[in-house]
Order: sequence, then structure tokens, then C-alpha cells
Amino acid sequence: MSDSQSTGGSSAALQASGLRLGPLASGLAAAAVAVIAGLTIGPVDIAAHRVALQLLDGLPGLAIDSGLSDAHTAIVEQIRLPRVALGLLVGATLSVSGAAYQGAFRNPLADPYLLGIAAGAGLGATIAITSNLGDGAGVLDPVPLAAFAGALISVTVSYVAGHLGGRSVASLILAGIAVASFLTACQTYVLQANSDAFRQIFAWILGRIATSGWSEPVLMLPYFAVTVAVVLRYRRALDVLAVGDEEAAALGLEPRRVRLVVVLAASLGAAAAVSVSGLIGFVGIIVPHTVRLAFGSSNRVVLPLSVLFGGAFMVLADLAARTALAPAELPIGVVTAFLGAPFFVLVLRTSRREIW
Amino acid sequence: MTDTATRQTVRWARLLLVVLAAILFAAACSGTPDDDQSADQRIVSISPTATEMLFAIGAGDRVVAVDQFSYYPDEAPVTDLDGWNPNIEAIASYDPDLVVMQTSGDVGASLEALGIEVWAHDAPFAFEDVYVQIEQLGEVTGRTDEAAALVADMRAEIAELIAAAPDASGLTYYHELDNTLYTVTSSTFVGQVYSLFGLTNVADPADADGSAWGYPQLSDEYLVDADPDVIFLADTLCCGQNAQTVAARPGWDQLTAVQDGRIVELSDDIVSRWGPRLVDFIAAISDVLVSIDAAS
Repeated sequence: MSDSQSTGGSSAALQASGLRLGPLASGLAAAAVAVIAGLTIGPVDIAAHRVALQLLDGLPGLAIDSGLSDAHTAIVEQIRLPRVALGLLVGATLSVSGAAYQGAFRNPLADPYLLGIAAGAGLGATIAITSNLGDGAGVLDPVPLAAFAGALISVTVSYVAGHLGGRSVASLILAGIAVASFLTACQTYVLQANSDAFRQIFAWILGRIATSGWSEPVLMLPYFAVTVAVVLRYRRALDVLAVGDEEAAALGLEPRRVRLVVVLAASLGAAAAVSVSGLIGFVGIIVPHTVRLAFGSSNRVVLPLSVLFGGAFMVLADLAARTALAPAELPIGVVTAFLGAPFFVLVLRTSRREIW
Repeated sequence: MTDTATRQTVRWARLLLVVLAAILFAAACSGTPDDDQSADQRIVSISPTATEMLFAIGAGDRVVAVDQFSYYPDEAPVTDLDGWNPNIEAIASYDPDLVVMQTSGDVGASLEALGIEVWAHDAPFAFEDVYVQIEQLGEVTGRTDEAAALVADMRAEIAELIAAAPDASGLTYYHELDNTLYTVTSSTFVGQVYSLFGLTNVADPADADGSAWGYPQLSDEYLVDADPDVIFLADTLCCGQNAQTVAARPGWDQLTAVQDGRIVELSDDIVSRWGPRLVDFIAAISDVLVSIDAAS
């Protein structure tokens, strides 16, 4: 790669971690472009420079008149800004979780929903919506709580069942498939018995980045931080794991412990992401693989870049969701699959790199 | 008196009794001749709209079972029948003569194959559809006069409510189906109701080509920018929304409707069932327009 000659102290430090300056810069640039686009483009036409002035005005010690009306100020500060923030956090978390799952399971098809997170969260959300727990205004919204609980329960059950079945990676994946199928069946049953809630449940399943102010991004932030910190800390261990459990053990690694910690951290983040924004599919697969195709498959590169490109991808997908049919909105799950799948095929076709 | 004569007298007395009973019964029913045949009709309704219509035309006492969402009026015999995924055996177990339901092809055919009469209704596109449905229900239950009277009442009340309301052209509205901003455009039946008052729907540009069948999901920033004059909430039951929860949404404190308190909390059911309570929906719109007019 052209940037391999780059020099300097910070570059040396980055090289030690396996991540070169060029890919890192492109990741940061992608995230920056996505954030700027997400803040300045929308169904309501607001001049980009006024958006910039308004945001500068929000910085401490600065008082700038952006010339925006109260309604447009509210749109920039209370609707677009938290929405972009949530898109970054959710996209980054789902992508890095996907990359971590793929590494931990040595399986290119693994995604954050492998151990039943989507099915568990879907069941939790469906139960919360159909039992009308959300009626108390002002009380904590029960839907994300139930989704989160459902997601964590399903991962735990999958993990325990997988370990009972022989402790191999394959038995864990099969346990995840069984748990997911079972929970999906339960969810379908609850859905059929409460057919009046169809639209609400499907709206949740298809995903939505829209926020009610800052509560969702603030809720998401600690999970994002823990997931990214833990997964990135294990990036070398995941590279060692890639050679196989026995070989990794011979190299002094405890494969099962590494896998448990990484999967738990990734699941925690994915569960939180799903509970605030619904089942947004595909991100956990296409972003890490695109990063692998572009920058190589070492987890020391894939994991940090998945954070940046995942966040950027989600913000742009959400931008498409709210502008493609403006002023109507598309469910973001539709956008991620609709844009993501062809793009991914294109990347696969044009790349000569072996990713797996 | 001989034995034969006694028997003869008893026979005559019995006959007299039967005739008297028949006269009394006919007098008690005092309706069209149809009623005699349909009095013991057993009806199962798996459509909440049709259930409301049946009770409003006086056929409620023949309804033996209704689906789980037919909880209006109170006396409706709610069961766990499901109108969306009808279970033919479960319906047949109530031994109905007539099943009323929302249109659903093969289910209706299966019931008819069991010798059960089926009356199915589509979702209405206009008021006339509602009236026709009520009249049809009147025919299949032998309550044609009551159905005609109900339709006439509804027509009169609706005309009165619309006449009572000030002209609302120039005012915009937003009709919320759920708190993820699903809404209706003017092309839907709900939208047409608002159009009767001259109200303009802020959601119309969101489905200009009709690809969302008149039910688009609005972008939140668009809604804040569009600034509707009146907000109608049809998600008070499903989603627990009210004037306070709406005002607390990010950016919504800027809205004219929020600042001026023009948020109308509707029952989800009244605006999604096109039955006799359609009048209540129209009254709610009329009332808020009258109050806006009085305030200005």
C-alpha cells in the first residue's frame, strides 16, 4: 500500500498495532464525511453553512448567530445531531461486534445475531409491545429494556447449550441457530396472537435510528465504549485464534476464554444497539468484510476500522432512509440491505484479495 | 261427557293455546316478517367494525361470539377468536348461521363449504361504502329498517357536524397512527374525513405517488418544519401517546399545535373502525375547529 512508507512517531506506534496511518485516515475521513452529510442534508432544506454556524454556537464560549429559525435550530440540534450520534454508535458497535464474532468463531458468515440476539431481542420487544407495557408516559420505555433482556438471555442460553454440546465452535454455532429458531417461533406465536400490533412490531423489526432526543445515544455510549475497548484489546488474540484452537493453545492462548470474553463483549454491544434501534441487519457482515477486502484481514486492522467505517456506513444509510422518499421515511433495515448487498457484491467482484 | 268428547276438548284447547302463543310471539317481535325467521339466527362476528354495526342495528342479541378485538359495545360476547388469522374450526364450533368478517378469500369459502352463510366487508374507501355495508348487514340479518334508520341518522348527524364547523381551509393537520410517525394522507378514508372540513394534510407530499398506499412514515424533521396547526393522535391506546408525550418530543415544543394546545387525543378504535362511531370521530374534528375559531 502506498502509505507504507509514511514515517514519524505516531505512525510507528500505529504500525506496531498493525494499523497504518493511511487506512486509519481513510476511516476517519469516511466517518467525518458521513457526519457532515448527516448533519447538513435532510428532508428539510437548511443551508450547510448555517448548520455549521449553529453547531459552533453550541460550543462553550462561542456565541454566533446562525440566522436559523427556532424550528430549524431545533431540527439541527435536537433531531439531526442526536440521530447522527446514534447512527455512529449503533453502526460502529454492530460492525465491530460482527468482526469480533467472525474472528472468534473463525467463520465469515458469523454476525452479531449468530447466537440468537436478534431473535431474543425481537421476542422481548414483541412481548413488551403487545402487553402494552409502554403506556405509562414518562416512565422508562419498556421496549428497549425487554429487547436487551431478551438478547442477553438468548446469548447466555446459546452459550450454555453450546458448551453442553461438546465445547467446539461448531456446537456453539448450532446451539445459537437452535435458540434463534426457537425464540423466533415464540415471537411469531406472540405476534399472531396479537395481530393488532403488527405494524408496531414490524416497524421495530425493520429498525429505526430516530431518537427521542439524547436519551438513546447516551444510553448506547457506555455499551459502545465497553464493547470497543474489550474487543480491540483482544485483537491480537483473535489473530492468533485464526490458526485454530489447538495451535492457539500451543502458542499459549486460552481459546475458550478468549472466545467467551470477546463474544460476551460483542454481544453486550450488539444487544444494546438492537434494543435502541431495532434489528438492523447486514451491517455486521458487510462492513467488516469490506474492510478486510480493502485493508487486509488482520484483526488488528479489521476491528478498529470496522468501528469507523461501521459508524460512517450507518449514518449514511440513515441519511438515505430519511431522504430517499422525503418527506417520508424508509425503515433503515431496508436501506442497509438494499444498499449494502449490491455494494458488497461489487466489492467482492472487484477485489483480488483472499479474505478468508 | 264421553271419553272421546274430553279428548276432543283437550285437543281444541291445545290448538287454541298454540295459536295464542304464536300471536303473542308475533306481537312481541312486532317487526318485519323477516324477523321471525332470523330471530334464532346465530351470528359470529370476527370483524370489530361489523360487530359495532350489528349491535347498532339491533342484531346484537343474535351475536353468539365475536373476535378478541370486538370489545365494543360492552355487551359483545368477546372470545379469543382471531379475525386476522381466522380459525375455521373455532368459528364453526359456535354453530353459526352467519359469519361476518373482513374480506378474506379462502376462509370465507371454507366456511361456506360448511354450509355457513358468510358476509364479508372490505375496508371502505368512502362514506358511501360504510352506509352500503350497514345496509347489507341489515339485509343478511333481517334488520333492513333499523339499518336504513341508522344510515339516515349518521348522514344527518355528520352533515350537521360539518355544517356547524367553521371553514378550516388554510389550517393544516397531522394525523398520527403511531409514535414512529406513521400517518395517513388525504387519499385514505381517514384523510377524506378531514378534507370534508377543508383541512390540509401535511403528510400529502410524503406519498405523492401513492406508493405507500396513503400510509407513509414521516421524517421527524419534516414534521417539525411543516408545523401543522392541529395534531390528531390516533395512537392513544396502542402507544400511550397524549398531549404531554407529544410536547416532550425533541423539537416539538416549537410546533404551533403544541404551543396553542391543539392536540386532539382520539381513540385508536374510533378512527380505525368505520362503523356507527364514525360520527364520534367527526364530532371530535368539528369540536376542535369550533374551539379554534372561538379562540381567534
